[in-house]
Amino acid sequence: MASLDYTRPLTASGNLRRRRVVDRLMRGAATAAALAAVVILGLMVFAIAQRGGSQLSVAFLTQNPPEQLYAAGGGIANAIIGSALMVALATIIALPIGVLIAIYLTEFATARAAGPIRLALDLLYGMPTIVIAIFILGLLVVGHGQTGFYASLALAIIMLPLIARTTGESLALVPKELRDASHALGISRWRTTVGITIPSALGGIVTGTILAVARVAGETAPMLLLASVFDNTKTSFNIFGQALPNIPYEIFNLAESGGTVNVAKAWGAAFVLVVFVLIANFVARALHHRSTRMMTGR
Amino acid sequence: MSNKTQTRSPYSVMDEPHSEIDAATAPVVAPLAIEVADSKDETPPSREVVFDLRDVSVYYGQALAVAGVSLEIHRNQITAMIGPSGCGKTTILRSLNRMNDSVSSFRLTGSCTYHGNDLYASGVDAVEVRRRIGMVFQRPNPFPKSIYDNIGWAPRILGMRDNLDERVEKALRGAALWDEVKDRLKTSALGLSGGQQQRLCIARSIAIEPDVLLLDEPCSALDPISTASIEDLMQDLKNDYTLVIVTHNMQQAARVAERTAFFSLDVSGGQRKGILVEYDDTATIFTRPADKRTEDYVTGRFG
Ligand SMILES: Nc1ncnc2c1ncn2[C@@H]1O[C@H](COP(=O)(O)OP(=O)(O)O)[C@@H](O)[C@H]1O
Ligand SMILES: [Mg+2]
Repeated sequence: MASLDYTRPLTASGNLRRRRVVDRLMRGAATAAALAAVVILGLMVFAIAQRGGSQLSVAFLTQNPPEQLYAAGGGIANAIIGSALMVALATIIALPIGVLIAIYLTEFATARAAGPIRLALDLLYGMPTIVIAIFILGLLVVGHGQTGFYASLALAIIMLPLIARTTGESLALVPKELRDASHALGISRWRTTVGITIPSALGGIVTGTILAVARVAGETAPMLLLASVFDNTKTSFNIFGQALPNIPYEIFNLAESGGTVNVAKAWGAAFVLVVFVLIANFVARALHHRSTRMMTGR
Repeated sequence: MSNKTQTRSPYSVMDEPHSEIDAATAPVVAPLAIEVADSKDETPPSREVVFDLRDVSVYYGQALAVAGVSLEIHRNQITAMIGPSGCGKTTILRSLNRMNDSVSSFRLTGSCTYHGNDLYASGVDAVEVRRRIGMVFQRPNPFPKSIYDNIGWAPRILGMRDNLDERVEKALRGAALWDEVKDRLKTSALGLSGGQQQRLCIARSIAIEPDVLLLDEPCSALDPISTASIEDLMQDLKNDYTLVIVTHNMQQAARVAERTAFFSLDVSGGQRKGILVEYDDTATIFTRPADKRTEDYVTGRFG
């Protein structure tokens, strides 16, 4: 076995040169792929902003659609209000349940109980939203008619695994030492969870909830099945009594109706939705940053 | 600190006998503790016994971690536990306030009483146990809250809401931290230095007026100056509390403790288990130990 000459100059030799080339190629490919994601997002936002941005006006945000289908003017105020109401109700339903599931999984469940529940959440997460929608349709809507509430239920089911998972992750990040400290003070497990663990994880919980809200705000399948029969020109707050106008269905409807005026309005509505989702994501990121800073004490 | 009120109500179900060990599976280990009751020197004769451990063994699952520990811990004294790592000091310490309940494989045999009450009798509420027997951990673990809330949170929950400001101040003074933090009570406790954080954790423990304070290597993450201040503090605290400290630092035990328990690893019979080798006045342990293993350890001839 020929031993290495350790006194040789320290330049690359042997197959190190080839390894360098492979290394560079792989790094280039990975960088390009990562850039592609940014480019795709950039193109999409640019296209929507270019076509939809021109539609944006105070009237577009504050007026309802015109009475006549292809008439110019008007806006999507009723759809914005309907979407906001349904997403808010869905959050009110999903947030406490999702947080409780996460608390159960991280604070109370044995490993054997946690496994199946985690699996169920993962499967729920992967469930096509049209399936969730048809489940609600068959269970509640058929024979009773659509309401905003039923659509909210579908959205809540979609949000549930998202909130449970992000909450679970942030609860798991709370050091065991903090729970020990609380237990050593004669504080019960539940009071520890409420007083120490949840506040420590609050940033993560809020972040996850915002992301879930952003995710379901544009959810379309449930709206097609559960919130598609309404007077498109009116604003309604009657979430428990009737289907509410909403942005995803409005986009679908406008785009499908075909007239140039309507397609332009569809772009405008899409732009509103994208701006909301982007803002929500940025807020979530900022909160996440702040809460991790809080936990590390800087 | 003198007007502290002790809650000494008995546990709800105290008269149940402690569950007997299955004689077939229990290892026969003679307690190695040295009798302490009739020690001849300066220890006042009428020392009140706070903890009385009789032939306590601890298992994690099938593994015997500590075997046959018998010792008495006395009121208003500092009792130190020393010994090589892995010999079960933390295990025994955490058994004293049922902190091991969260370890599902944990099992304790023998009898472990606190003021005459069996800590492991059925019906004993572990939360109530810890209410009276506080604990300070190896690494400072302040809550991610303000300095004030670190101290005030537990008293508020435990129904000690009156004069909370005073209580917080008293606890911080008691932990020799008041002067350093009195102008920044509303700032995050995580901004304190390690030594300050550890004293904050002590303040947090004494704010609920416990009876006993268990300290598990409280200085191992601290610099020598912070260590010295914690050691000074312990001398003040023993007037009001019973203290049990685990330390890997023999000098620290010699400096602070009246009584010292030396634990060691016993590897006879192919089984590694912690045992209590010798328990006596600190001076005796360090100057004329009865056991050769103790002597080897305290003179640095160990291992
Ligand atoms: N949670 C646990 N589960 C299983 N074994 C444990 C656990 N905690 C401690 N042990 C074991 O018990 C023995 C004593 O540990 P410990 O009490 O931490 O010793 P020390 O504090 O003296 O270093 C060690 O062998 C350790 O591996
Ligand atoms: Mg230890």
